[in-house]
Amino acid sequence: MANKLAPHSATPSPNRSEATLIPLTKRLEMYRLLSLTRQAEQRAFDLFLQNQIKGTSHLSLGQEAVAAGAAAAMQPGDLSFCTYRGHAHTLARGVPVEKVLGELMGRDNGLMRGKGGSMHLTSVEHGVMGSYAIIGAHLPIACGAAWRAQYKGHKDVSVCFFGDGTTNIGAFHEALNFAACMKLPVVFVCENNLYMEYTPIADVIPVQYPAADRAAAYGLDRIVIDGNDVDVVYETLSQAYAKARAGHGPSLVECLTYRYSGHSRADPAKYRPAGELEKWKERDPVKAYRKRLGALGVADAKLDAIDAEILKIIDEATQACQAAPPTSTDILFTDVYADGGCAWRN
Amino acid sequence: MAELTYREAVARGIAQEMARDENVVFLGEDVAKAGGVFKATVGLLEQFGPKRVLDTPISEQAILGAAMGAAMTGLRPIAEIMFADFIAVCYDYIANEFPKTRYMTNGQITMPLVVRCGNGGGARFGAQHSQSVENWCMQFPGLKVVAPSSPVDVVGLLAAAVRDPNPVVFLEHKSLYATKGEVPEGEIVDQLGIAKILRPGRDATILALGMMVSRALQAAQTLQSEHGIDCEVIDVRSLVPLDTQCILGSVARTGRVFTVEENPRQLGWGAELVSIIADESFYDLDGPLVRITTPNIPLPAADALEDLAIPSVSRIVDTIRRALSA
Repeated sequence: MANKLAPHSATPSPNRSEATLIPLTKRLEMYRLLSLTRQAEQRAFDLFLQNQIKGTSHLSLGQEAVAAGAAAAMQPGDLSFCTYRGHAHTLARGVPVEKVLGELMGRDNGLMRGKGGSMHLTSVEHGVMGSYAIIGAHLPIACGAAWRAQYKGHKDVSVCFFGDGTTNIGAFHEALNFAACMKLPVVFVCENNLYMEYTPIADVIPVQYPAADRAAAYGLDRIVIDGNDVDVVYETLSQAYAKARAGHGPSLVECLTYRYSGHSRADPAKYRPAGELEKWKERDPVKAYRKRLGALGVADAKLDAIDAEILKIIDEATQACQAAPPTSTDILFTDVYADGGCAWRN
Repeated sequence: MAELTYREAVARGIAQEMARDENVVFLGEDVAKAGGVFKATVGLLEQFGPKRVLDTPISEQAILGAAMGAAMTGLRPIAEIMFADFIAVCYDYIANEFPKTRYMTNGQITMPLVVRCGNGGGARFGAQHSQSVENWCMQFPGLKVVAPSSPVDVVGLLAAAVRDPNPVVFLEHKSLYATKGEVPEGEIVDQLGIAKILRPGRDATILALGMMVSRALQAAQTLQSEHGIDCEVIDVRSLVPLDTQCILGSVARTGRVFTVEENPRQLGWGAELVSIIADESFYDLDGPLVRITTPNIPLPAADALEDLAIPSVSRIVDTIRRALSA
């Protein structure tokens, strides 16, 4: 059943609030990322209900701790490979909210000026090497980027995010085998939100943990963590990145989490058992982190101020996007080929 | 000037580019220690070492995906998909990833990579190891598709493909690997998108590709000597980009067009070419556009059947002779 994975089943340490290994500045940075991704996704949701965002949209509401912890543990130059549920991962690497919302809204100020849309957010200058909408396609691609780092002696790590459903597609297995054989500096991060689109992942796998229980087949450690605890995500991935950077090969980390909205804009998520959403909301990653920071002596007012500052950024970004012109139609034919155009014949 | 086989030309072309640019790397199944199942990459491992010449698992998605990730972060990979038919198991990269990424990212990402394959029939391998897959690849805006017919073109076009900043599918013909041709010494770099008139003629234009080029030339010789028909034979060489000017120029001189295609008839590359000619050179034509193709069937394995399916010299001769005497 879908709720076979109890929310707390994999939390390695229940008393994390007492841990002081992570500096407070890093923790505040992570709170900021949580607040940013939560509020920006909420804004995206509101804007598409108002029909200001067209097409489709796959939100990370409820899953923010994975994006925040993963990005906070990265170094400049590290590369992110995201999925169609990639807004949070893109924002967490520092891509401006206005660029992301502009892309979702089809405006000329968008990250790719409207040529990619919600499912393909890419910002090479921030290390966001693309959001991929074909399930599993980017796992081998991340291997290729890691192969380049290994070959050139670069120290960057390629980090590849994907959902639980991806673990049943061939490219997942090809990539893990390839990366493990070549000891590539790549870290595979599975966001297990319990559902592959509309179907409980538990209904379509013969094991309990879709990613971690397959790791042994590729000689990798079985790592399952609480994906709603940003500190746990940060610490686990910090170790995985360090291992990759040191030349000791790839890791596969399964983060247990939950998405609050449906799979996409079209999905009201009526397949969820009664009470499941509420149960997970009790462990909301943003609220839980506020509580932990409070226990560490951070005043609520300080966190409220961060929230307010971010809301202001999002409001201003929204207004800028609403005022921005629609994407210029003169780019319809540009950048099909590297000469900047689309000519395929003389 | 040395005489090289088509397969030796493949290794020569790859070696030329790897020696020139350390960002050129090469990966595929059995390509390194074994030198390739077609023996077209013999010696590369010894010359460039295991960091640059990689034997991969049988994982076509990993091969093309890794090539893409490497290309978008600064390398210029050459990936081998052993039989072109296997493109079907990693088609996502050909269809969705390579050709669309630059456009979707508004030009942020450049994808300089080459996918080499053993394409085509004639080797009695049956329906899943003999196909001509030009049309599987040429339908995607953003991809380039090249198919050399001679050793010298293998070297020159391969070099051009490696140096091109776009993803290029490079279709070698597996039944040409043993054929020989003169290849000059020294660096050879050709240009993508240039067709070659291999035989000038006044009565009809024959457009051919890959293994069909030599058959078209033989047919033209027979048509001249036995029927007094003077055919111009064009090796199209590059389907994307397409040298339309060369083709339309020839049509203007001859007034008749015959394509010789190894692929099954439905939606073969010649269909696109005759569509362009009908649109743009209609008033130059003195008769119908004729496509000579494999019939719309999977390729059979047995000699007698495969020979009947793929356009032969005699079928080309008969088709052109009948069309021109009608």
